Amino acid sequence: MLAAILSLGAIGLLAALALGVAAKKFAVEVDPRELAILELLPGANCGACGYPGCAGYAKMVANGDKIAATCRPGGAAVMTKIANIMGFAPISVDPKVAVVMCQGDNSKASDKYKYLGLADCQAAQKIADGPKQCPGGCMGLGPCERTCPFGAIEMTADNLAVISRKKCTGCGKCVAACPRDVIKMTPLDATVHVLCNSHDKGALVRKYCEIGCIACQICKKQAPDAYEIENFLATVVYEHYDQAAAAVEKCPTKCIRDFMISYPEGSSFAEVTVPLRRKDEAA
Amino acid sequence: MAMGRLKTFPGGLHPADNKQWTAAKPIEDCPLPEALVIPLSQHIGAPAELCVAVGDLVKKGQMLGQAKGFVSVPVHASTSGEIVAIEPRLHPSGRLLPSVVIKPDGDDVWLENLPAADPHALSAEQIKDRLRDAGIVGLGGATFPAHVKLSPPEEKPIDCLIINGVECEPYLTADHRLMLEDPEKVLQGVDILRQVLHVNHVYIGIEANKPDAIQLMTEKCAGTDVQVVPLEVKYPQGAEKQLILAITGREVPSGCLPMEVGVVVQNVGTAAAVADAIVNGYPLIERICTVTGSGVSEPKNLRIRIGTPLQHLVDYCGGLSGDPAKLIMGGPMMGMTQLSLEVPATRGTSGLLIFRDGDIDLHEEGPCIRCARCVRACPANLLPTTIAAYSRLDMFEEAEQHHAMDCIECGCCSYSCPSLIPLVQTLRHAKGAILEKRRKM
Repeated sequence: MLAAILSLGAIGLLAALALGVAAKKFAVEVDPRELAILELLPGANCGACGYPGCAGYAKMVANGDKIAATCRPGGAAVMTKIANIMGFAPISVDPKVAVVMCQGDNSKASDKYKYLGLADCQAAQKIADGPKQCPGGCMGLGPCERTCPFGAIEMTADNLAVISRKKCTGCGKCVAACPRDVIKMTPLDATVHVLCNSHDKGALVRKYCEIGCIACQICKKQAPDAYEIENFLATVVYEHYDQAAAAVEKCPTKCIRDFMISYPEGSSFAEVTVPLRRKDEAA
Repeated sequence: MAMGRLKTFPGGLHPADNKQWTAAKPIEDCPLPEALVIPLSQHIGAPAELCVAVGDLVKKGQMLGQAKGFVSVPVHASTSGEIVAIEPRLHPSGRLLPSVVIKPDGDDVWLENLPAADPHALSAEQIKDRLRDAGIVGLGGATFPAHVKLSPPEEKPIDCLIINGVECEPYLTADHRLMLEDPEKVLQGVDILRQVLHVNHVYIGIEANKPDAIQLMTEKCAGTDVQVVPLEVKYPQGAEKQLILAITGREVPSGCLPMEVGVVVQNVGTAAAVADAIVNGYPLIERICTVTGSGVSEPKNLRIRIGTPLQHLVDYCGGLSGDPAKLIMGGPMMGMTQLSLEVPATRGTSGLLIFRDGDIDLHEEGPCIRCARCVRACPANLLPTTIAAYSRLDMFEEAEQHHAMDCIECGCCSYSCPSLIPLVQTLRHAKGAILEKRRKM
């Protein structure tokens, strides 16, 4: 009994000594500022900054390298705090948000074939360029939803991806996940968008989608500075986003939407209407 | 015919072959349609480069697009007539691709001075050049340019030629009928191919469900050293690597081509086309195609001109019977589903299958129940369910470690899955992602 206590005790003591020595001898010097910055970062490891995860970004900043990219998910608040730690001048961040430029869900846009395969847009796109008749529309098989580190994307019952303006941090991961480039990064303050991604002529768009842009020019007539029409598709000129709302009601196919008022049909984000802007955070 | 245990490969499965509808029907010449739509991309490799213009009058066999690079072949006019349009048209791939539209003049006259020759007077290089100029590609369905397959690098000596008369895809009987109706032409092509490759061993592999073809080919080969090998009836017996394993016992190593084990495989249809191209100088402007399935009134084997719209084939077979629910170009296991009957038949169109509503199963997939039927069925000895799971998680490196690139996309895994998981599509997705990653590196 005594032998056992003594021998185990001795092993414990030795191991403790060894660990103690190792901790001193092999200690890795970490810049305390790096740790402090890492604490501030959102920890989503989204990679939007271009560095491998939040730790990679913190290290780069603490090394005093010129900050090439800001932390979009952290936004202005985090960047200000980082600037304080490092003694930089405050860094300005334009808050961005991702928008799915399509409203043609299964009830509004037609398919060229019935797709029963792998639930992944990249895989579906390889089969005759996707089941949707529209060459640019959202296929709704959800790789963007799965890839979003912030849970900001939902798929509606009719298979349309919708992005919450509240939860989206603007990291841009979904943009890379989409094989059809339906998702675009836009300034957060711009709430009016032409939700269509088809460059087909109007007559053809009408054939396969009841809510697509037919390039009728009406929006441009209403707000000449806020819209441009290129290749049969209207888009909002985001420098003049504040004038875009004038055309929302006039759009004959209702493909222009003001997210200040409502989200696309079928979205559970629909009730979130008022506090969309994050101006307070940007200030 | 005394046969011991038939040669085959491990894995595979036995789908109902449904060849009885057309196996006994002689090949008929399908009349010319009102317009032929000839895509410039009908083969593996770079699409042909257009060399005609709208309004040109062309003769049958005249080049419409020339080969662009080594892995490419030209395309030719399938009949004489006027070029009425050159525009993107719906292609079997489901995309709009550049095509030449010809309005036949009804005379169907050949181009003059076709390069007909006695094969023995030609060198191997001359034969290969002529095959490329004639647009000869693998007619089993993969449409790989024949001259490329016949040009292995010097360090890979070829000692064996296998002629693929297996036709293991259910429903299809085009190769079967060709062997029965024109065995001389097939053997003439075999002679030319062996002359190019300088091989001593020549085998013709035929599945045992075609005893008449086995008997006839054996009779025709008597006195020569060409050996007809009857093979067990099992899908995918006609897949290149599985056929080589069954006949020669050589296993093509992971990631390698058949030439690694000294073998070249060519389809019987290709052999016949080779004979036509060299002896008569005819470019590849027609092929044999089985039009069948529950949605066709009168299933037939047809000799069709390349570029004939599928609708015309159906009309010649008595039209549709009932509402079509699924159109497949090629066989049911590896063929491509088509969006419309507007699509033209191309060099790879070995069959057209039309199924009615009640005959196809459109169920959503269920969960994997770990039954391992796909593992047992996989002729490439892969773990389809494991690779598919990695693929779904975007873990393509792990998929690659499990040899996803060795998948031959035969569809045995999807066919055998009781949960209807789209395994082969998932594997193909993984292969695409792995290739993309390799290209970037």
